[in-house]
Amino acid sequence: MSATMVELGPYLALILAGFLPNEFWRVLGLVLVRGLDEKSEVIVWVRAVATAMLAAVLAQLILSSSGALAAIPVGCALARRALDLWPSYWRGARCFSAC
Amino acid sequence: MSFAMEPFLALILIGFLPSEVWRWLGIVVGRGLDEESEIILWVRGVATALIAAVVARIVVLPPGALASIPLEVRIGALGIGFLAFLLIRRSAFAGVLAGEAALVLGALAFGV
Amino acid sequence: MTDTAIARPPRSSAQAFRDGLRAALTSILFYVLLGNYSGIGALCYEFGFSPIWAVLCTLLIWAAPAQVILISTLGTATLLEVAIAVSLSSVRLLPMVAALLPMLQREDTRQRDLVLPMHLTAISVWVEGMRLLPGVPKEERAAYYNGLGCGLLFAATFASAAGFYLAASLPPLLAAALLFLTPMSFLMTVCRNTRTLMDGLALGLGLVLGPLIAAQKIGLDLLWTGLIAGSAAYAVHRLRQAKASAP
Repeated sequence: MSATMVELGPYLALILAGFLPNEFWRVLGLVLVRGLDEKSEVIVWVRAVATAMLAAVLAQLILSSSGALAAIPVGCALARRALDLWPSYWRGARCFSAC
Repeated sequence: MSFAMEPFLALILIGFLPSEVWRWLGIVVGRGLDEESEIILWVRGVATALIAAVVARIVVLPPGALASIPLEVRIGALGIGFLAFLLIRRSAFAGVLAGEAALVLGALAFGV
Repeated sequence: MTDTAIARPPRSSAQAFRDGLRAALTSILFYVLLGNYSGIGALCYEFGFSPIWAVLCTLLIWAAPAQVILISTLGTATLLEVAIAVSLSSVRLLPMVAALLPMLQREDTRQRDLVLPMHLTAISVWVEGMRLLPGVPKEERAAYYNGLGCGLLFAATFASAAGFYLAASLPPLLAAALLFLTPMSFLMTVCRNTRTLMDGLALGLGLVLGPLIAAQKIGLDLLWTGLIAGSAAYAVHRLRQAKASAP
């Protein structure tokens, strides 16, 4: 595993296996009470975070499976792709093309 | 710490499902709550058993300092705390005190 | 739902927040949390996490069973297994939030203003909130609940850090006692919530089956124990129901 994985590991694990599955129920409670408003900033923010997490997970996948050096061009392409998706969130767009 | 990311990739992608799915999920869950359905009861049972299993896990496969205390003392202290809880007006505080005291005394008596 | 009339001038959000904070500091749950979370902090130390991780764990998750499951199984189970177990242990957050938010919101409440009360909701905060909010004017409730939640969360966060360092510096016997706090207090909580035969069965079966299944070294042992023991208890409950209703 790459060095970044060792440092980030516990914190990424905290978020993926601790924070997300736990907070999910609280958010679902909020959604039940308030309904799912597409334009509300909360939903927009959640989706932006989800995209960022997707980018992080994909990056880790590539980095860990093919060796750090070989993965750098791929990682850059990936990061650029993730950044491309960002502006669409802030515009409130609802179209996500598959990665 | 090594772990597989692929399942999480799948989970996060699920988050990109169209919002109709989430609205439907919310309605289904909401209705489930209203009806006090059997599913809720079952989930409660599983959650209770899960926490009990966590308790047993820490006592039977203890980390660090707790491992230096004999297994019988650990389990015995758990039992004494439970008894104290039952006997003293179902007081959680009494149970915790009794369990801790039993652990320390047992450790001192039966070797650390 | 009618609000109890309070004969005093309306308070600002900041004042309501401080009222909630004061309620947290004078609540017995403040000290219960200090005790419980010292044990959780100690667990973080013994399982090899950093103190920052321990504090973040409390701030981000704010649910003791979920945290203990995370701390004690992260090293040995796959992330997905941990995530599912954590999720199952926190299901009751859903009805708690769903019951609380209607008490706080008014026609002009923005969704983002409910996010903080949503996250602050944990058993202790919710229980105190349900007890105290009816006596608070509706305009002040959100700020009050935030104060209450922040106060109790502060106790837990402080205790997480303190417990971490205590476990690092106490002599082995006292450190062991600190670690033992978590299983002991969890057992007490479950016992106190045991109202039916099914609850008791789930508890007992979970305690007994847990180590047996863990010894099989199959991974997911927590989940299997929860599913098997919980389902067995549920099955017994259904059987008794069927027998009771049959002539």
